[in-house]
Amino acid sequence: MTQSPLTLSVAFHIGPVAITTPVVATWGIMLLLAGGGWLLTRRLSLHPSSRQAALELVVEAIETQIRDTMQVEPAPYLPLIGTLFLFIFTANWSSLVPGVEPPTAHLETDAALALIVFLAVSYFGIRVQGLRGYLRTFAEPSMIMIPLNVVETLTRTFSLVVRLFGNVMSGVFVIGIVLSLVGLLVPVPLMALDLLTGAVQAYIFSVLAMVFIAGALGDRNAPGNKDVLGNRYVQGDRAVLVDGTETKSEGG
Amino acid sequence: MDWVKIVSILGAALAVSFGAIGPALGEGRAVAAAMDAIARQPEAANTISRTLFVGLAMIETMAIYCLVIALLLLFANPYVH
Repeated sequence: MTQSPLTLSVAFHIGPVAITTPVVATWGIMLLLAGGGWLLTRRLSLHPSSRQAALELVVEAIETQIRDTMQVEPAPYLPLIGTLFLFIFTANWSSLVPGVEPPTAHLETDAALALIVFLAVSYFGIRVQGLRGYLRTFAEPSMIMIPLNVVETLTRTFSLVVRLFGNVMSGVFVIGIVLSLVGLLVPVPLMALDLLTGAVQAYIFSVLAMVFIAGALGDRNAPGNKDVLGNRYVQGDRAVLVDGTETKSEGG
Repeated sequence: MDWVKIVSILGAALAVSFGAIGPALGEGRAVAAAMDAIARQPEAANTISRTLFVGLAMIETMAIYCLVIALLLLFANPYVH
């Protein structure tokens, strides 16, 4: 019988406090990301080395995604979204290291991440619209919708938890079962699939965080603006802002 | 083996098997529609596939919920001691 995915194994004790393995793995990943970030950005120059160019590529890719999805300037949201994506991505792929179980395969880590998103939605909503403006978004179409909107805010946070937990945990679980049946080479394709799922789930978690935050920012960023051709819409919009305002009023 | 355990195992199997049907049909429809859209407008393929991935994850979540329920029944059942 495989071990239950809901229980936690204790790594060691500090006094009376039990430190579980996901906590150790989380701190390892945090050290890796923070130390790697510090090492790579120590000597930044205007003529980038290949290492700096690769790093800039990652940052710019995340910036582009934020701009496309949220239709706003990405600067205030880049630290949060980028950190979320990089952390979940590294956590999901940490199963590549033998003996390490992804911390995202446990409910507690996912709950903490979703709580961060939940608080960030309120924070950015209040910062952009003010407290009254943010609270007014709950009564958006009409007053009758208030309970539904409150419930939606809670359930979408809960589904954020269960989505990440279920996907990563089921991958770990299936690999555990297959490993206990046949050891050699058979689990390899499943592990590759698990890596793909991990990357996609990290992407989806950050995209959903972006969508939730953008929804709290107000009418300008209503979902209606995000049609399938969101990319073009942004470029068209910017072109109008840069040089088209005059011509538009002349035409009208 | 008491009845609660038997019913729990049956419930877990039923949750996963029937819970997989709906998301499977839904994902099939979504991918078909995205293929159609990319065939009509190949230049929008990037945006379409991005939206498709997010949508697929949303649909897949329904199946994952069933899996979580099944695992709760098997491993964290409050009625089995």
